[in-house]
Amino acid sequence: MIKSTQSSSDRDDLREQERRDFRSYLWGVGLALVLTVVPFALVHWLHLPRLPVLTAIGALALVQILVHFRFFLHIGFRHNREDLQLLLFSALLLVIMLAGTIWIMASLALRMALPT
Amino acid sequence: MSREAMRHPGLNLGSHHGSDQDSAERLMFGFWVFLMSDAVLFGMVFATYLTSLDATAGGPGPRDLYDIKSIFVETLLLLASSFTFGMASLALKYRHPTQRLVGWLVLTVLLGVAFLGFELHDVASMFAQGGLPTRSGFLSAFFDLVPLHGLHVAGGCLWLVCLIAQLARYGVDRETKLGIMRLALFWHFLDIIWIAIFSVVYLAGLT
Repeated sequence: MIKSTQSSSDRDDLREQERRDFRSYLWGVGLALVLTVVPFALVHWLHLPRLPVLTAIGALALVQILVHFRFFLHIGFRHNREDLQLLLFSALLLVIMLAGTIWIMASLALRMALPT
Repeated sequence: MSREAMRHPGLNLGSHHGSDQDSAERLMFGFWVFLMSDAVLFGMVFATYLTSLDATAGGPGPRDLYDIKSIFVETLLLLASSFTFGMASLALKYRHPTQRLVGWLVLTVLLGVAFLGFELHDVASMFAQGGLPTRSGFLSAFFDLVPLHGLHVAGGCLWLVCLIAQLARYGVDRETKLGIMRLALFWHFLDIIWIAIFSVVYLAGLT
C-alpha cells in the first residue's frame, strides 16, 4: 500500500521533471533564435557604422554560446563540476592563444609595413 | 521534488535508469575532455583565419563570396537539429517508446544532411566565382575552417546513422544509451562552433 503511493509520487515527480527539462529546451531554442535573428538583421538591413555592429555581433555570439552551454549542454554553476572547470580552463587557453596569435601577427604586419 | 545532482555534462539519465547512469559519469567526462581539446583545435584554426583576413592577394574577398541568406538558413537548420536532438535526449531519459526516440534521431540526421547540402551549394557557388582554396591565403584559411566544421557535421551524421542501426538491432540498452548521450554532446558542441563561425566569419566579414 505504502509502496504503491510512493511509486505514484515518484511518477509525478518524474513527470514534473520532464516538464521542467522540456521547458528548458524550449527556452534554449527561443533565446538562441532571438540571438541569431538580431545580428543577421543588423548586418542585412541596418547599415550602421562598422565598429558598433562588430561589437554587437561579438557580444550576441558570446551570449548565445552561454545559452547553448546552459540549456543544451546543461552546464551550470550549481554543483561540484569538474567539467565546468575544464571548460573554463579551455576558454582561458583559447583566449591566450587567440589573442596572442592575433597580436603577434598584427604587430608583424605593422612592422613589416605589409598592406593591412 | 528535489533536483538530482548533475553528474556529467549533457542531460543526465537520473536514478530511475539504475546503474546505467553510474557508467555514464566516467564516459561522459572523458568525452567532454575530447570536446574541449577539439575546441582548442577550432580556436587555432580561427586564429589562422583571422590573421589571414587581409591576405586576399587581389582575389575575391568576403563581400564577393559570402551569401547571407544561405548562411541564415544553415544556422536555422543547425539550431532546429539541436532542438530535435534535445527532444531525442528527453525521449531517452523519460523512456518514451523507441519509435519516438528513433523518429527524433532520424529528423536530426535529415536536418544535418540538409545543412551539409546548403554548405556544399555555398562552396560550389564560391568556386564558380573564382573562390578556390588555392587563390589566396585568405581562401586557404577559409577552406581550412568552414569545411572542418562541415566534416565534423558529416561525421556526426554518420555516427547518428550507426546509432539508429544499433537501436534497430539491439533496442535501448546501456551501450546505445551511452552512445546517444555522447553524440548529443558532440552535436550541441558543433552548434556552438557554428555560432562562432557565422559570427566571426560570415557576419563580421559582411559588415
